[in-house]
Amino acid sequence: MPKKELETANRPDNTAFTQQRLPAWQPILSAGIVIPGFVLIGLAFIGIGVALFLTSRNITVLEMDYTGVETTSDCYKCSAGTLPNCVCNLYFTLNETFPGTVYFYYGLSNYFQSYRKFGASRDDNQLSGDTYYFTSPLAVCTPYQYDVNNNPIVPCGISANSMFNDTFNLYQLVNGSKTVPLDGRGIAWWSDYNIKFRNPTSDPLRNAFNGTVKPPFWSKPVFELDLTDKSNNGFLNQDFLVWMRRAALPNFRKLYRRITGPDYASGLPPGNYTIEIAYNYPVMSFNGRKKVVLSNVSWMGGKNDFLGVAYLVVGSLCIVMSMVMLIVYAKFKFPDDV
Amino acid sequence: AFLVVTASWADNWQRAAMPCPSPLTLLRDSLRGQREHEKDLRILVSNLPYEGLPKTKQPNRYFPGNAVKTTKYSLWFFIPMNLYEQFHRFANLYFVGLAVLNFVPAVEAFQPEVAIVPICVMLALTALKDGWEDCRRFRSDRRINHTSCRVYSRKVSGFVERHWKDVRVGDLVEVASNEIIPADLLLLHTSDLNGVCHIETASLDGETNLKRRLVVPGLNTQDSSFEPQNFHCTVAVEKPNDNLNQFKGYIETSDMKRLGFGIDSLLPRGCTVRNTDLATGFVVYTGHETKSMMNKNGPQYKRSKLECKMNIDVLFCVILLFSMCLIGALGHYVWLESLPSVPLFLTPGSHGHMDSNPLSGLYMFFTMIILLQIFIPISLYVSIEMVKMGQIFFITNDVDLYEEKTDSRVQCRALNIPEDLGNIHYVFSDKTGTLTENKMVFRRCSVTGTEYSHNENGKSGKCKFPDRKLLQRVLAGGGDWDGCGGIRRCEATDLYLDFFLALTVCNTVVVSTATTARAQRQRVWHQSTSEIDISAQRCYVAESPDEAALVHAAKVYGFMLIARTPNSVKVRLPHGVELNYQVLDTLNFDPHRKRMSVVLRHPISGEIVMYTKGADYTVMDKLIWACLNTAQKNVAASTQRHLNWYAKEGLHTLCFAKKVLSESAYKNWSLLRQEALAAIDNREELLMETAVNLEKQLTLLGATGIEDRLQECVPDTVMALREAGVRLWVLTGDKAETAINIAHASRLLDQEDLVIHMNTDDKAVCKSILDRSLEEGRRHTRPGYPGLSIGLVIDGHTLDMALQSDLVDRFLELARLCRSVLCCRVTPLQKSTVVKVVRERLKVMTLAVGDGANDVNMIQAADVGIGISGQEGMQAVMASDFSISCFKHMKKLLLVHGHWCNSRLSNMAIYFFYKNVTYVNLLFWYQFFCGFSGTSMIDIWLLIFFNLFFTSTPPIMFGVMDRDVSAETLLGLPELYRTGHESEGYSHFTFWIAMLDAFYQSLVCFFIPYLTYQGTDIDIYTFGSSMNTVSLFNILLHLAIEIKSWTLVHWVTMLGSVALYFTVTLVYSATCISCNPPSDPYWTTQQQMSEPIFYLVCVITTVVALLPRFTYRVLSNTLAPTPLIRARHLERLDPAIREQWIKEWRGFRGGPQGGRSYQKQTQEQEPSRITPTLSITNNHLGTPTRSAVRHHHNVEL
Repeated sequence: MPKKELETANRPDNTAFTQQRLPAWQPILSAGIVIPGFVLIGLAFIGIGVALFLTSRNITVLEMDYTGVETTSDCYKCSAGTLPNCVCNLYFTLNETFPGTVYFYYGLSNYFQSYRKFGASRDDNQLSGDTYYFTSPLAVCTPYQYDVNNNPIVPCGISANSMFNDTFNLYQLVNGSKTVPLDGRGIAWWSDYNIKFRNPTSDPLRNAFNGTVKPPFWSKPVFELDLTDKSNNGFLNQDFLVWMRRAALPNFRKLYRRITGPDYASGLPPGNYTIEIAYNYPVMSFNGRKKVVLSNVSWMGGKNDFLGVAYLVVGSLCIVMSMVMLIVYAKFKFPDDV
Repeated sequence: AFLVVTASWADNWQRAAMPCPSPLTLLRDSLRGQREHEKDLRILVSNLPYEGLPKTKQPNRYFPGNAVKTTKYSLWFFIPMNLYEQFHRFANLYFVGLAVLNFVPAVEAFQPEVAIVPICVMLALTALKDGWEDCRRFRSDRRINHTSCRVYSRKVSGFVERHWKDVRVGDLVEVASNEIIPADLLLLHTSDLNGVCHIETASLDGETNLKRRLVVPGLNTQDSSFEPQNFHCTVAVEKPNDNLNQFKGYIETSDMKRLGFGIDSLLPRGCTVRNTDLATGFVVYTGHETKSMMNKNGPQYKRSKLECKMNIDVLFCVILLFSMCLIGALGHYVWLESLPSVPLFLTPGSHGHMDSNPLSGLYMFFTMIILLQIFIPISLYVSIEMVKMGQIFFITNDVDLYEEKTDSRVQCRALNIPEDLGNIHYVFSDKTGTLTENKMVFRRCSVTGTEYSHNENGKSGKCKFPDRKLLQRVLAGGGDWDGCGGIRRCEATDLYLDFFLALTVCNTVVVSTATTARAQRQRVWHQSTSEIDISAQRCYVAESPDEAALVHAAKVYGFMLIARTPNSVKVRLPHGVELNYQVLDTLNFDPHRKRMSVVLRHPISGEIVMYTKGADYTVMDKLIWACLNTAQKNVAASTQRHLNWYAKEGLHTLCFAKKVLSESAYKNWSLLRQEALAAIDNREELLMETAVNLEKQLTLLGATGIEDRLQECVPDTVMALREAGVRLWVLTGDKAETAINIAHASRLLDQEDLVIHMNTDDKAVCKSILDRSLEEGRRHTRPGYPGLSIGLVIDGHTLDMALQSDLVDRFLELARLCRSVLCCRVTPLQKSTVVKVVRERLKVMTLAVGDGANDVNMIQAADVGIGISGQEGMQAVMASDFSISCFKHMKKLLLVHGHWCNSRLSNMAIYFFYKNVTYVNLLFWYQFFCGFSGTSMIDIWLLIFFNLFFTSTPPIMFGVMDRDVSAETLLGLPELYRTGHESEGYSHFTFWIAMLDAFYQSLVCFFIPYLTYQGTDIDIYTFGSSMNTVSLFNILLHLAIEIKSWTLVHWVTMLGSVALYFTVTLVYSATCISCNPPSDPYWTTQQQMSEPIFYLVCVITTVVALLPRFTYRVLSNTLAPTPLIRARHLERLDPAIREQWIKEWRGFRGGPQGGRSYQKQTQEQEPSRITPTLSITNNHLGTPTRSAVRHHHNVEL
């Protein structure tokens, strides 16, 4: 039969694919079909919404502004930035126990870590401990690449230079003042601490930094950031790591410490407290605000009513929609609608 | 001269021994080559004396070789040339411009090296596609160039095998029967004694009839055996040109005699030699200078309507983009102004101080353009091309559009307008060969006033069976003819003999013995099978199918055409006598006389007879009315009656007559004829004059009616197209009667239709007809009053007047009211004018379909041209965008593939705009939270991948494979095609709706995560990664709402995209520790995915973003379902219920266009409105039970 084959050589393959007859599921969106969907989604969303809302309600947050714009504030004296080593106090009272592990955050507003050149101005090679870049930092760090004497700046760049340098101490005012121990370990991302950021391998650490200078805004070089804990120095300093992870939005908070001391492990008991603030960081130049935030956390993170409310609203909307669909369905149904 | 040549040859030989030529010589040679090219006349000599010499000594070295190269690129320069080509596209330039802009430090938004990746990928993909296409061309070139042919060689004193590419100008090439000619040859010698060579030029001009070519006149090569070695003439030819019918030059022989030749002596490259054993030719043009190559033009580029609309929307996108960038620039300026002093987080420029705020704002404008560049969908153009390739794959692979008889599929010659098929308003169709088969069947004849109906032929569709009565009559007379070789005995029989002789000889049919497969197939399918006997190898090749039909008809009665040479024709008579008539002259057919004649000398009696055949009136007018007796007058009258009847039945009519010439009369005329032939000025006119002189005082023999049957399923297809809201115009060269008949048979016109005839020579009359018809037409098509549907029949003259600028508007308005329009007796030029006028004035999509060379103009003028590869060669197909093998394929091509392509592509294009806008806007909203500094919160690689890989396959698959309604339903409910005309397709409205939706969705996708993470310690890339994921779900699920049918492919691509996204993102953020500063994606996705809130955000964002669209779809599907949705519901029903629904639907949607039921009502309600001339006729659809009432409403003046 070769002749026959020859004559139909051009015949297209008669397969389901080429003839566009593949078995297909062809749903038609219509009122009848979507009613159960809307009801299900609505109920589920309302359930999730209630859970989220309750969880969020149970989270306690204490936010205190200490910028010192108001003259009544103790920090008013420091806000002008004229006094060196200015220290101010922030008093607060707890009427009931602040439950759970309390997280101590500092917060900044109107601060743009997300500014493009802010993010670009850093040298990841330095930060991963490559000493070659200690002597010649990347050009993106300009103008914090070399100082006026042409010494390389380590860590270079504006990100590092602008590191937040207020420090806090918390005291409970019972029978004088009792220090509430603040735990600064493990506040940075595990991956940053263990993989991304590396100190140069030299002992003592400072030797690696010979011939370099500290960023101009800093008071101490990077290898002396924490004088109490030798391992918390260099690029692996937790506060440095936290700062270097850029905040997405201009109003942000960053974890400063956790309150895990033996007396406070299950929360802060009621009473009067004071926070002693070493006020160094200037924010008036950009109409910024500084604050201290105390918060406990849940499975959903910090306090956030929005998500719970949103779920509730959308869930209810879906229920309403299902009602509407029911009416529509009753009036305009197709014979094949289930 | 021979000595001279030898001498020069020896001279050359000596020089050849010299070392390699100096560069100076080469330069001089190339300059001379240039001059040689530009000369008006080329002087060529044979290469033979120079055989074996180096190239620099060859006399014809300045001419290009015979190798052809149709590739666009060469291997080495592919990249630069392809880039040059691609940069002709504005979109590519735009993106390259942006990528370059990114290298300017002041405005950069990304790392410049990364930012060029997308454009490079796009360019590379396109280059790959171009390269592949070019590679295919290269292969086909190589195959052609390596075909072998025989070239004469001096060394072996004979012809040797060579590749085509090695043939040079000046070579002598031999071609045998059925071989393809390798280059343009000047015919020097053939095996035929008369120096004739037949060629088939189908590949050149598509004509399948054999053409006769003659050895250069005066060249005495035929008498003795031709020796190529002794060919020492100089050949002068004109510069190569692309005119297939023009070629001139002369041969200067050794005795300085000049012999002129013309196109009659040229064997063009690519044609096939037939019926001639051997032919030898001198190569005059090679390679790209040959006629066939100069006539090859590349694929035509048509821009589809959808793409035009889309380009406007791209412009809107550009405007939107610029305004967004302006907002960004202003925002940056305002933000900088609002800062009291320089904060710690602001960086001074490299020069140590801050730029001034306005300057920063200006820089930011450009940064924003770079950042938001994909607002203009970069991948849209490439994706559309890929989608169209997929769509065309499916069209060409449709088994329903495959024609077994010819083993041909539908071909898409224009690759970029498949979606236009779904949007056609007007179809312009040829009649013969398009609506009809163009296979002529001898259906009726009338001899000496007696009518013989060949019912058998009518039933079988073949000229197979003789009419019994006529056969008896013929055989009865036959005995007499045998004895004396056809000399007259009694007048009546003589007329029968003459009638059949006229049928047999009065034509230009060539008897061919072709044996190629194509010819065989043709014979099997087209011709009768009666040739199995002695004439098994005999095949009649006719210029028109009518002629073949007549010759075959005569053969059935025993009159067989055996051979035809220029000067004689050999005929076998019923009882086996073979007569060899001498052909004294042939007066060819021309469109003015509309008849042809052959002057013969009887071999035995020596009598000179002229047989004439022609259109009825052109022959009837030339009868010798004056000397007719009553009987003869009766014969003429009844023949005329028969002719009218034939025409009404839709048959092609021809009239036959004869004239006996006296020797002296012929001699006198012959002298005049010679003079006319020799004349230089108005030769054509003189020739016509002599023909007219001879063709008078004829004796009527009879008439024939040839049926051109409708193609299969034509009425069905026409009905379907009409229901689909497509207006059908038939443009034909035929008579109005024939056209109307075919129109009725093919249901272009219904019996109840009001038919307006326009046929006038007076413009004023034409105007008044138009006015009156318009009035009438408006009355019948008033909204709310479903009246009659109107058909318009207009003839060529009147059409000319109607298309003049002052009447054209009226004409078009009338035509718009008409359901179908028939234009009769129109020329090819008029056809294209009509198409152009309708297309430009009414601003509608037009489609022209035709099969012959006369349709080429029309096909090219229309938005979509369809060629039918049929009986009339390939010219229409060559000019068309799509080629099909029969008219019925139009139905599926338009209703199914057109609809699908249109809806798929428009949905996909809209979706692409939506997708890019939704995604890019996320970046834009983020600018409000980063000081308008051009920060991207999504890692640049992920940003690029998102568009390039994660979300590109599903929409492409959607564009190729989505199926809203099944093919069966689309064919069953042609009304659905109208949705393409209306809102369902791509329109600016749907574009803006999609844009609004995109803005809404991007707002949701940005602000729900924003509100959730507001005030927390979330970092940039975690924030961005959550948005990226949310967008992915949002964008894919949006597509899921739009997808109408989910096949396995859909599931795989959708789920595959999600899987790919997560795999790539997870791997990327686990490995990119600081691979891409300043972005910092390390471990963000992992971190994110370990938090439950991320999932909660994903779920609610997707639901909120898609809720409006989803609800809108649901409600509109239920409350106001579009026809398409209704059709999809129907598909799910039981067949029985479906029937009922379809009926109901038709009743609902019918209107004046659709249903017959309305017309019946009309008749009952308003009987006084129409004043029909009632006549009971059988309707033409062949349903004998029903006889329709026919309203004949002729506005004929």
